Amino acid sequence: MFAFIMRRLGVLGVILMGSSFILYNLAAYSGDPLAELRTSQDPNRDFLMISLSRELQLDVPPPARYFLWLKGVVGLFVGHADFGKTREGATVGADLAQAIPVTLRLVLASTIIAIVLGIGIGIVTALRQYSRFDYSMTFVSFLMFSLPIFWVAVLLKQYLAISFNNFLKVPDVPLKALVALGLASGIFWAAVIGGSRKTFWTVFALATTIVASLIAIMDAMNWFLQPGLGPIIVLAIAIGIAYGVTQLSVGITNKAALKSSLTVSGATLVMYYPANWIFNNNPGPLGVFGIFSILITVGVIAGILYSKIDRGPIIRTAVITAFLSALILVVDKFMHTWKQYMETDAINYRPVPTIGQRNDLLDTSDFWISSLDLVMHLFLPTVALTLISFAGYIRYSRGTLLEVLNQDYIRTARAKGLTERTVIMRHAFRNTMIPLTTIMVVDFAGVIGGALITERVFGWSGMGTLFYRGILSFDLNLLMGVFFVTSTLSVLANLVADLLYSALDPRIRVGSGA
Amino acid sequence: MAFKSKKSEVSTEALSGENAISNREVEGLSQGQIVRRRFFRHRAAVISLVTIISIVIFVFSALDFRLFGVWRIPGWWKWTTEDLPELRVGDCPGGTVGCPTISLRPKFLGGSGFGLGDHPFGQDDIGRDFFALVMKGAQRSLSVMVVIGFLGGTIGTIVGSVSGFYRGKIDSILMRLVDFMITVPAVLIGSVIGYHYGNLGAIFLAFYLGLFAWTGLSRLVRGEFLTLREREFVDAARVAGASNRRIIFKHILPNAVGIIIVSVTLLLSGAILLETALSYLGFGVVPPDVSLGLLISQYQDSFTTRPWLFWYPGFFIITIALSINFIGDGLRDAFDPRQRRRITKKERQESAISKKLAQADE
Repeated sequence: MFAFIMRRLGVLGVILMGSSFILYNLAAYSGDPLAELRTSQDPNRDFLMISLSRELQLDVPPPARYFLWLKGVVGLFVGHADFGKTREGATVGADLAQAIPVTLRLVLASTIIAIVLGIGIGIVTALRQYSRFDYSMTFVSFLMFSLPIFWVAVLLKQYLAISFNNFLKVPDVPLKALVALGLASGIFWAAVIGGSRKTFWTVFALATTIVASLIAIMDAMNWFLQPGLGPIIVLAIAIGIAYGVTQLSVGITNKAALKSSLTVSGATLVMYYPANWIFNNNPGPLGVFGIFSILITVGVIAGILYSKIDRGPIIRTAVITAFLSALILVVDKFMHTWKQYMETDAINYRPVPTIGQRNDLLDTSDFWISSLDLVMHLFLPTVALTLISFAGYIRYSRGTLLEVLNQDYIRTARAKGLTERTVIMRHAFRNTMIPLTTIMVVDFAGVIGGALITERVFGWSGMGTLFYRGILSFDLNLLMGVFFVTSTLSVLANLVADLLYSALDPRIRVGSGA
Repeated sequence: MAFKSKKSEVSTEALSGENAISNREVEGLSQGQIVRRRFFRHRAAVISLVTIISIVIFVFSALDFRLFGVWRIPGWWKWTTEDLPELRVGDCPGGTVGCPTISLRPKFLGGSGFGLGDHPFGQDDIGRDFFALVMKGAQRSLSVMVVIGFLGGTIGTIVGSVSGFYRGKIDSILMRLVDFMITVPAVLIGSVIGYHYGNLGAIFLAFYLGLFAWTGLSRLVRGEFLTLREREFVDAARVAGASNRRIIFKHILPNAVGIIIVSVTLLLSGAILLETALSYLGFGVVPPDVSLGLLISQYQDSFTTRPWLFWYPGFFIITIALSINFIGDGLRDAFDPRQRRRITKKERQESAISKKLAQADE
């Protein structure tokens, strides 16, 4: 295994060198860095040209200059990389170090949401193959495939940001919108759950009334200006999570798992006020981490106490429940911060921003307000990127699950008399995840490379912006810095995908033939 | 998958039930007929095919079209992108200017009847007819798409077949080249090319982008060739004395054509999105030339006041990309022998009845 990884890393090094050599020369020969100065009327033009040439070593022909650049980059291995200097004289390394976290933040949330949503919907469509839901989701995913992100972004800015901000001025949901939202959710849930005509209409009626009345209640309680969950709703959601996670993970008939998950839900209620106290008095990642670890510990202990045999899955169920419940507590805290956030001068009741990565006018001394600000700035780009990328996951997971469901071992599992839940979740879903994992990893690297457009549209200053600047001012070192990061990420992602594949699928062993 | 294996699969699988129904349908048909039949059964794909053909005819016939710069095919639309008709002021909603005159609401619903009017898609800031601009942009985007698809498809097929067929040294050299090129995201490499060569014209840009668009396809074709070259029919051809070229073009390539066509369609839909994205960023087609992405980028700020400047180019991009994606889906279903049509309940019952009748006869 070790030898395999080392050999692959060696090959990757060669590939990176080769591709960066090609790119360097392609970029270097495609323009003239001094073009702007040549036509300028500046009296000390010649001096500027000479100094820039010396600074960027323009007297060396590009193929040779590449090796000077490479020498600096190879310094990465001994701890001091040198990506060269930009035209303005700043070091490219420092620029990159600033830009990479921004880009990561931009794509991380949307990737996670796209994966969860896409796989979820993909699985439902595969289980309801050829149903109306399947067809409509196929259409939706093809539509998403065909959407240019810059076009979606303009629409989102208009309808999710500007219109929503206007709505918050007088947060009254008109009756028409209420009915429309209710009907839409009714149709959605009825299509997802499916079944006979009777269940279809029952689900439809239930979902419509629940959603419509929920929005009406929220409206009546002025919830859009003062959102919050409160202990009772938190408990209700936590119990719902406990049931849902138990059902998906080990089945509702597993009493030990259900009991330990419900214990975690109870603990969430008990923790409600202490958690708020911790959040207020210890604002920062430490407090959040504390709440998560307390609930997860409760989950582990409950799992150990309730179970006699088969502890692993039961503890896992309780821990997942604990994680999600802790997340609810954090969301609740964010909701309570909302009003305060909206009242600040920098926000002034227009909370959904259309551009930028943070509000510079905002007083960042309060951890919760500045975090909420980050979340709000992530909102639109995340929605846009999710819309674009989750279609792929729907298609992949649908196709893979359908293929898996045709396998002999699924028939065997059914023939053994296993419940449908066990067959789907344990036999089919796990095998579906094998190819999906590798796709996810490679996709993630691709999304980072493609963040150029998203960053331009939403005015973020990450790697895409660096790249943009590099092209416009013909800054070779800057361009190559971005190229280097994205291409390293993409080859590493491929390596990780290969390793993951062999780790997940025992039929594949790395190192034998490769 | 391979065509020639079809027969053996059919004979072993021709047992009963669903297989029997779908097998009876393909009896006595050539592979081409089967594929065509399956494709035309995919309703969304057929609708998309009709849509894309109509769009192409509509778009290219609207404006004057110069063939090789010599023959001029006159268009049916009265304005060109250079005309500067008077900007329509007044009678526009919200005090804007240059609003669209298209009317699709019939008279009995309170509209002014179906009609295009003077400027169906409205006018831009200086009064240029937006319909003409969109048509020109769609022409550009479509031609860029076709050039990228053709070039990428050809290079990808050739590289993939050569490296999959000959294996060994040629294979490893070509595949390393692919590895090099695949490490860099298309948008980034496209931006570098587009920014420096975009001013040479849309077709030149497309040509350059096509030179970088073949990598994914070549990998797929290579994989297909690697499996196909081990098949019996290739051995048979070789024993019969066929040359390498003949084996590649007459025996293996026809069997790999499904995978090639499907990936070229996906390449096409990717190409139009790439071109529009690059033009949006300012790295693709540059003014005074027109492209759909460029139109959106020029007028995105006027979305709140003059939304038509944003909707129409977007509508064309999405319709074209969506149709191509659906055609690709239909082709994939048509070429994939594993993909069986869904057997309807009625057919299943009929088959059961006929089976029972047959048993009764015996």
